[in-house]
Amino acid sequence: MGVIRLVACGSVDDGKSTLIGRLLADTESVPDDTLEMARTVRRAGSTIPVGEIDFSLLTDGLEAEREQGITIDVAYRHLALPDGRRVIIADAPGHEQYTRNMAVAASTADVALLLVDAARGVTRQTFRHLTICALMGVHHVIIAVNKLDAVGFDHGRFRELADDVAGAAARLDFSRVTVIPVSALGGDNVTTVSDRTDWYAGPTVLTAIGETHELGVEPAAAGIPVRLPVQTIVRADNFRGVAGTLASGRLALGDSLGVAGSAVSGQVRRLLVAGVDAESAAAGDAVAIELVPDLDVTRGDLLEPPGDPAVPADRFSADVVWLGEEPLAHGRSYLLVSGPTVVPAVVTSVRHRLDVTSGREEAARVLGLNDVGRVEVATDRPVPMEPYAQHRDTGGFVLVDRLSADTVAAGMVRYALRRSANVRSHDFAVDRAARERLNGHRGRAVWLTGLSGAGKSTIADAAERALHAQGVRTFVLDGDNVRHGLNKDLGFTAEDRAENVRRVAEVARLMVASGTVVLVALVSPFRGDRRAARDLFDAGDFVEVHVRTPVEVCAARDPKGLYAKAATGELPNLTGVGQDYEEPLSPELVVAGDGPLEEAVDAVVAAALTTMVVQPPA
Amino acid sequence: MPAPAAAPSVADAVLDALEAEAIWALRETAAAFRNPVMLYSIGKDSGVMLHLAAKAFAPGPIPFPVLHVDTTWKFRDMITFRGQMVQQYGLDLRVATNHAAIAEGVTPFTHGAQEYTRLMKTVALREALDEYGFDAAIGGSRRDEERSRAKERIFSLRMPGHRWEPRRQRPELWRTVNAQLTPGQTMRTFPLSNWTEMDVWYYVRREGLPVVPLYYAAMRPTVLRGGQLIVVDDDRMQLEPGEVPVDRLVRFRSLGCYPLSAAIESPAATIDELIAEMESTRQSERAGRLIDGEGGASMEAKKVEGYF
Repeated sequence: MGVIRLVACGSVDDGKSTLIGRLLADTESVPDDTLEMARTVRRAGSTIPVGEIDFSLLTDGLEAEREQGITIDVAYRHLALPDGRRVIIADAPGHEQYTRNMAVAASTADVALLLVDAARGVTRQTFRHLTICALMGVHHVIIAVNKLDAVGFDHGRFRELADDVAGAAARLDFSRVTVIPVSALGGDNVTTVSDRTDWYAGPTVLTAIGETHELGVEPAAAGIPVRLPVQTIVRADNFRGVAGTLASGRLALGDSLGVAGSAVSGQVRRLLVAGVDAESAAAGDAVAIELVPDLDVTRGDLLEPPGDPAVPADRFSADVVWLGEEPLAHGRSYLLVSGPTVVPAVVTSVRHRLDVTSGREEAARVLGLNDVGRVEVATDRPVPMEPYAQHRDTGGFVLVDRLSADTVAAGMVRYALRRSANVRSHDFAVDRAARERLNGHRGRAVWLTGLSGAGKSTIADAAERALHAQGVRTFVLDGDNVRHGLNKDLGFTAEDRAENVRRVAEVARLMVASGTVVLVALVSPFRGDRRAARDLFDAGDFVEVHVRTPVEVCAARDPKGLYAKAATGELPNLTGVGQDYEEPLSPELVVAGDGPLEEAVDAVVAAALTTMVVQPPA
Repeated sequence: MPAPAAAPSVADAVLDALEAEAIWALRETAAAFRNPVMLYSIGKDSGVMLHLAAKAFAPGPIPFPVLHVDTTWKFRDMITFRGQMVQQYGLDLRVATNHAAIAEGVTPFTHGAQEYTRLMKTVALREALDEYGFDAAIGGSRRDEERSRAKERIFSLRMPGHRWEPRRQRPELWRTVNAQLTPGQTMRTFPLSNWTEMDVWYYVRREGLPVVPLYYAAMRPTVLRGGQLIVVDDDRMQLEPGEVPVDRLVRFRSLGCYPLSAAIESPAATIDELIAEMESTRQSERAGRLIDGEGGASMEAKKVEGYF
């Protein structure tokens, strides 16, 4: 294996830039003109004489960062080991507000390099870095106890710190922890053995990095069965190949492979590694394989040996690092992406938040930026994800906000909560179609959204009377009414509103299955929540109606006195005042809440009864 | 664990790992986006990318078009070579040129290198991406080229107007790409992110790839300007009073518009000689690119505007 991936964590104060700069310079991984620049250019306040190399300048980042004197993002650098192997360094900012960046950098790392300041000792930050490395599956940790020159290369001080670090690492699952006495400024034990630490007999930082592979912690580790996430299908004359990067295991011509979750399998007739015919392939290889018989395989499927399957499931326990500015919302529909697999998913519960400094689990209902926590995730259909500890590629996933398209969370599967093969919804003899035949009409959810006081309940009430008079079975789910019972435990934060919408949508879905026309009157201010509600229904079963009324009109009506309370600051979260209302972009129907009531009611009744309601494109 | 028979050398193992990562990125781009395109600059990195794309989809064809941003000031050898590559790989080649700027008389001689590059490369590229509606563009940039590139993702989001927002980069984890785009957003993919300049040359040698002859030493007519050797590639070169082209044994480390590309004096005329020379002189590659010099962080500023 030629490439080692390393995450370097710690703040500039720990001397990280100097340490990395020296590693790069001493391994001749920096061009000569860049070195020359580091001899002549000086930062304001620098005490390093011109003519000597200021190693910290070799890792200088973006202009935006230099202006503010901070590091805001991960930088990638390359280092050549003396034996020719390559180290890809992900240089991650260390401060607490950049936990997410560090987690991202650690996600692909084989080894972590952590700095501890010999004078300051093991800090909260050290614990945090160790916890995140363990969470992201980094097996080998190198701790550089830096600035040893500042404590006179004192053996006692080093031993004390090494014991502290060992104590901190003991509760975490590392294969190896190496603690090295270092002075990055003086070059001691960075790439050459220092004569100022004759009491130390261990490796230098560079040697320790090179020892990572001997630990057997590579993804190619023996005993892990073949997993091939399907990226794409390669087609040519008389050839249809399944292409992807082998996540684990060893694959050879003649091997049997099947699609996870299906019983059929085929044999590998032809195997291409990086486009060239080969007899076998190892983890990390980009392969294309031809199977006989040819299987119905598409992007997002997982190929695996028939005897050793990853069983698809649709509920998982997972650890997540929250990356988004917006906090996690229960019940909101996100896209879950894991390699080539993309599936709608909902976070159904938060189990706890992890205090990454103490390692303690705290009760929590939401997760915000940089939080680490344990959650349960439900996917729309079964996906063959596996424990992250076994397979980083098939156990890691991200959550994507469906409206902003931002990546909001990184997740690591712990285990499947429910194997969908074991739990099936029972097929009852009387089904929805039978109920609808008896009723003489279709079930449907008509979702009225709009500001408080827009007239949703008034319109729903009048529409229900009109429908009832026509012999249609109806029910109104009104925001205020459900909050007296079903949702009385929920408040008005964004998270609670999301959960409120989710529960009402689930109830509406059951009612639609009973063949009822459900009129939902709910402020439901957020597009993402309404989108999640819509996703529960088949096309045509969900009709979104925007009751559009100017906020001034609503405030003048103020049937519940809410706007008056908002004006005095007593009610900070009122939609349209203290909290945004996100108007629907393409509702099936818009009615004017400040126009004639009959017109609005007629339109809603028509929408409830129209045989075909075409859903607008997503 | 016993070593497998005929274990590849460490150097080959490094190239194999880089190759596999690049193929993964190319396949992901082709599969996850609606209308991807590969930027083709005719240089060595572009040549390696073509080869990788051919391998990624072998035995089938390269499944996306390639786009060359032609400033009309490229070396003649580059255009000839481009034609050969179109033949060899069966490429669907699109050429983008800012004709409006040419009509207004923009040349590397009349405009500053920075303004010229903005008009002829950045603007031409942006217009072509918009015109064809490409939602993903594959580029050959490497992280070792320049310091702002060190923070670049392999899959790098561009905001409406092709702007790069370094503060809002998408987190990149495992082999998992968030390929979702909101209206106006596009993706740039850099499969060679983790390659170094030397890796490119080692790979060219291992795979026996053709490169533009300008990378190898030959006697060429040159003038010395501002300490840089400029090759007089055609009669559009505006010579300054007293300037007389002198034949020198030169080659290029990096190719662009000929009036803006500095040659180096070198006798390296084969791939082995070139690699031997580079192993002994370690100067950063873009030292020969005149456009990078203006302003301390000019690459970062150009990237924010949409330059590759």
